[in-house]
Amino acid sequence: MSQICEKVKGMSLVDLKERLNDLKKKALAEITETEDLKKVNDLRVKLLGKKGPITEILRGMRDLSSEQRPQIGSFANTVRDDLTQAIAQRREKLEIIKTAKKLEKEKIDVTLPGAAVKAGQPHIIEQVISQIEKLFLGMGYQIVDGPEIEEDHYNFEMMNLPKDHPARDMQDTFYINDQILMRTQTSPVQARTMEKHDFSKGPLKMISPGKVYRRDTDDATHSHQFHQVEGLVIDKHVTMADLKGTLQAVAKTIFGESREIRLRPSYFPFTEPSVEVDVSCFKCDGKGCAVCKQSGWIEVLGAGMVHPNVLKMAGIDADVYGGFAFGLGPDRFAMLKYGVDDIREFYLNDMRFLTQFSQKG
Amino acid sequence: MKISTKWLSDYVKLDIPANELAEKIERTAVEVDDVSCLASGLKKIVVGYTQHVSAHPQSDHLHICKVDVGEDKPLQIICGAPNIAADKKVIVALPNSRIADNVKIKRGKLRGELSEGMICSLQEIGFSENVVPKEFADGIYFLPDDAVVGKPVFDYLGMNENIIDLDVTPNRADMLSMRGTAYELAAIYDKKLTLKHPKVVEEGDTVGHYVIPSADSKLASTYLMRVITGLKVKPSPMWLQKRLWNAGIRPTNNLVDVTNYILLDYGQPLHSFDYDKISGKNVEVRLAQSQEKIKTLDEKERVLRPTDIVIADEKGPIALAGTMGGLRTAVTDSTTTVVLESAVFNPSLVRKTARYHNLHSEASMRFERGINHATVEEALDAAAQLIAKLGDGKVAEGIAAATKEEVHSVSVSIGSKKINDVLGTKISAAEIKNIFERLDFKVDMNSADKFTVEIPPHRWDISIPADLIEEVARIYGYDNLPATLPKGELTPGLYTYKQKVIRATKRLLEETGLTQAISYGLTTHEKAGQFMMEPSAATELAFPMSSDRTTIRMNLISGLLDDVAYNTARKVKNVALYEQGRVFYREEENERPREVEHVAAALTGLYAAGSWQYPKQPVDFFLVKGIVQHLLDSLGVKHIQFKAATGHEEMHPGRTADIYAGDTFLGFLGEVHPNICKEYSIDRTYVFELDLQKVIDLPKEQEVYVSVSKYPEITRDVALAVSKEIENSAIVDFINENGGKHLVNIELFDVYEGEHIAHNKKSLAYKMTYQDQSRTLSDEEVTEEFERVMKKIETKFDAVIR
Repeated sequence: MSQICEKVKGMSLVDLKERLNDLKKKALAEITETEDLKKVNDLRVKLLGKKGPITEILRGMRDLSSEQRPQIGSFANTVRDDLTQAIAQRREKLEIIKTAKKLEKEKIDVTLPGAAVKAGQPHIIEQVISQIEKLFLGMGYQIVDGPEIEEDHYNFEMMNLPKDHPARDMQDTFYINDQILMRTQTSPVQARTMEKHDFSKGPLKMISPGKVYRRDTDDATHSHQFHQVEGLVIDKHVTMADLKGTLQAVAKTIFGESREIRLRPSYFPFTEPSVEVDVSCFKCDGKGCAVCKQSGWIEVLGAGMVHPNVLKMAGIDADVYGGFAFGLGPDRFAMLKYGVDDIREFYLNDMRFLTQFSQKG
Repeated sequence: MKISTKWLSDYVKLDIPANELAEKIERTAVEVDDVSCLASGLKKIVVGYTQHVSAHPQSDHLHICKVDVGEDKPLQIICGAPNIAADKKVIVALPNSRIADNVKIKRGKLRGELSEGMICSLQEIGFSENVVPKEFADGIYFLPDDAVVGKPVFDYLGMNENIIDLDVTPNRADMLSMRGTAYELAAIYDKKLTLKHPKVVEEGDTVGHYVIPSADSKLASTYLMRVITGLKVKPSPMWLQKRLWNAGIRPTNNLVDVTNYILLDYGQPLHSFDYDKISGKNVEVRLAQSQEKIKTLDEKERVLRPTDIVIADEKGPIALAGTMGGLRTAVTDSTTTVVLESAVFNPSLVRKTARYHNLHSEASMRFERGINHATVEEALDAAAQLIAKLGDGKVAEGIAAATKEEVHSVSVSIGSKKINDVLGTKISAAEIKNIFERLDFKVDMNSADKFTVEIPPHRWDISIPADLIEEVARIYGYDNLPATLPKGELTPGLYTYKQKVIRATKRLLEETGLTQAISYGLTTHEKAGQFMMEPSAATELAFPMSSDRTTIRMNLISGLLDDVAYNTARKVKNVALYEQGRVFYREEENERPREVEHVAAALTGLYAAGSWQYPKQPVDFFLVKGIVQHLLDSLGVKHIQFKAATGHEEMHPGRTADIYAGDTFLGFLGEVHPNICKEYSIDRTYVFELDLQKVIDLPKEQEVYVSVSKYPEITRDVALAVSKEIENSAIVDFINENGGKHLVNIELFDVYEGEHIAHNKKSLAYKMTYQDQSRTLSDEEVTEEFERVMKKIETKFDAVIR
């Protein structure tokens, strides 16, 4: 630095330029060699500051002619700009190196386990019910809850199942006394809703999800407690084709877009015609496999057109109104969908069982 | 109902493979349980003739048999059956044959003697235990003498027949007979039906000479009897035995077999009495007297009720109508004269009797669901005729009728518009008419699309237009229905407020790390009444299945503790479960309980399991309290208070708090009493239970935005030494009340008990935050407010500022 800062009095234009060039060359070399950000900063102050060598050199301009002065002035500015830029570049480079070194030091083993996020999850039966609820809310249905401990009247008689009807054998019942029982289906909710519904305010479209109870011995495929979602639409012009379309939407929502359904005749006292509904097997796509017992179809729910007796008992004019009803078992849906082979798993609540399912729906 | 396609072909010619037929039945009529053929998978099983049988020298029960199987030389077969005998036609599984259950038979040695195959029992070639005639139940089967040696046995035994097992729904009892099924298939395939009708040859005395029945038509709308005399009881011919066992019924003798055969053919249950054992001529169909007794065929003495219909002679009941005959008048091997009954009994009374006496049978099931009233007499004739033929007897002249109802067809009117409106189809009137006619219904077309349809008695399930719509739908084919969505007026699909709160509760608890459990609602009497939040009578099942499930729950925690126990027993130590569901409170005077939505949780072990980097976090009271606080805050519950509670029998007396919103009791939380943990075999467990309905019922406050102050907060920290007995909440409440208008928050940040403080004291450290909405507070005014409340605290709580 000392050579550069020598006094430069009485210099010619050429001399001055040479000195400036010389200064620039040496300064650039020095900048490039600097490995320290702080030193780069010091250099900037020294080289470009008010008391720096360029200013010093320019003082030698006094011997120059007025034509030459601007020339050397502009040359000096170029040198100053070059040095400024060189310093900036050097600083930037050193910053990059510094950051890189820092990051290098901060390196971690990304394969170490992440922190366990503490979050619980819904039961898979809840998930199935929730998907069904959302589907039907979207189609303008209301969701109606009702008592789990019911009157025989609503559970059976209003469903066209008088006492001593042979079809009562289809549902073994936990009675509390002669008149009171654990509901065997969620259809009593429909009976109660039908009784109350004001048809001048529009059609009745409802689903009733909930727990039901049957007098069954628990084993892999039977549970004395399980769930049902029953649906009901009553309006002036509701057709069995509407039922088919609605159930198709259910099958696609739960089991996948490419599923098809088929209806088979069946019997429920509260509907006529009554049908069992099969969905094309989601495991084999209908080709036949163990899940569908080689048939390509899996029985998933029961449905039908509401029996006129059921309408009449609820005080609805069966000549004007009609509708469809269906009932499905979220337990069975969940068993099929997830391949659960023992229904008791749903009610024993092993943490390892409950937490193994995704929540993507 | 097991349908043999061979038998079916007597009535309707189909020539359709059994599997295809089954599929069609399933898609059009009733469910099919199974399609089977006994012979399938079996091979090289032939008729053999036992030329010579001698004892095996090395065995006390084996025999060496020389069996002619139609080859050059007889085979030597070792046989262990107790009934093995010479000069019999037997079932022989040849070397390299395959018998039931895919078992292969090979040539081999048995105790040193060569055995070239196996002489088989019916069970060994696939017959069910239930259908094997009793005399062959424990041994090999003897084929009829005309069986040709060396020929496969399958045809002789009816094993080549395809059997379609129908799962007949209660409404289609018409298909509980061969003839009913034939009607159905003729309709499905649009084929002609050829039913044979019996002609009875009558000889000898009139029936009135033997029996004079009487009946109340309310009990038996038709009650008919015939008498067959001069009978010999013996095994039925093969054709009949085959039909029975292929239908799943065990052949017994010619008398019993014929009644079973007619039951299958017509669906008409019959009963035969041994004439010689009936006292007197008069037989009455009546209701039982209270405490009257009968010993039924199963040799059980039954005490009857006045709802049981009985057939009685002079001495008392001789049969329980429609369910089971009496032992006293049962036919035996020595019976020579039979009184045969064919009737229609009151379905609901038969059902009651069958249920009460647990006597569900093929007969009772048919009476309950209905039978064809038009063929009661024809079935009687067919049975009488066949019994006489197979037993070398004679049918007495005439039918003794106690009651006999007139049977008419039923008319139902319907229009094709109605049918199409319900189905969403465009089926033409002509096509509908054709469907009805295929079903053997007579159709009168009143106008272009109005029909009067006459339903024959064999379809007694049809009586209203909806029944006809179903017939059209299924024959037309459900596959042909379009798939649409209901059109009608639009309705909003919305959750109710209650449903929203319940669903939000579940999601909020899941966020806090709790997983949803669904436990059993029915539990023991004891567990149902634990952890209760209000007094309630128990609601119990009248006839529980097991002592574990007798009572409906009045709390959720006990179910969750069962879940914790289940996990603990399976070495899952860390459990964090919640359950949302109903508890059932009942006032003594009510039959039905109130159903109240609750939510509860149970946690044990570690909340955070810890890892290489993060510490373990065991479950404790304050974690659970934090979860409850989070839940209630998020549900917008205001004025939440936790108060020390000692009144919960099943809870730790020093670690339980009642939860309030203002004055409303919402529930409780805390540690389960160690004695209860012991009963459940679980480790230290923390729980809470809330009455969610009360949360839902809290007044809904409109939430209003509060602007966030732009001015800085000033804080003051203070540690107070107070008596251990003083509760944090008392201090916090007091400071909140007296802290001055700028105090916006008070937060406990440390609790200390130990050597640096007197043993009966504790130190509580609080951070108090001051702020104003409209200006920056000065240090002085904060200090003034702070010191004012500290002075009050010192006197109020005898606190020392540390």
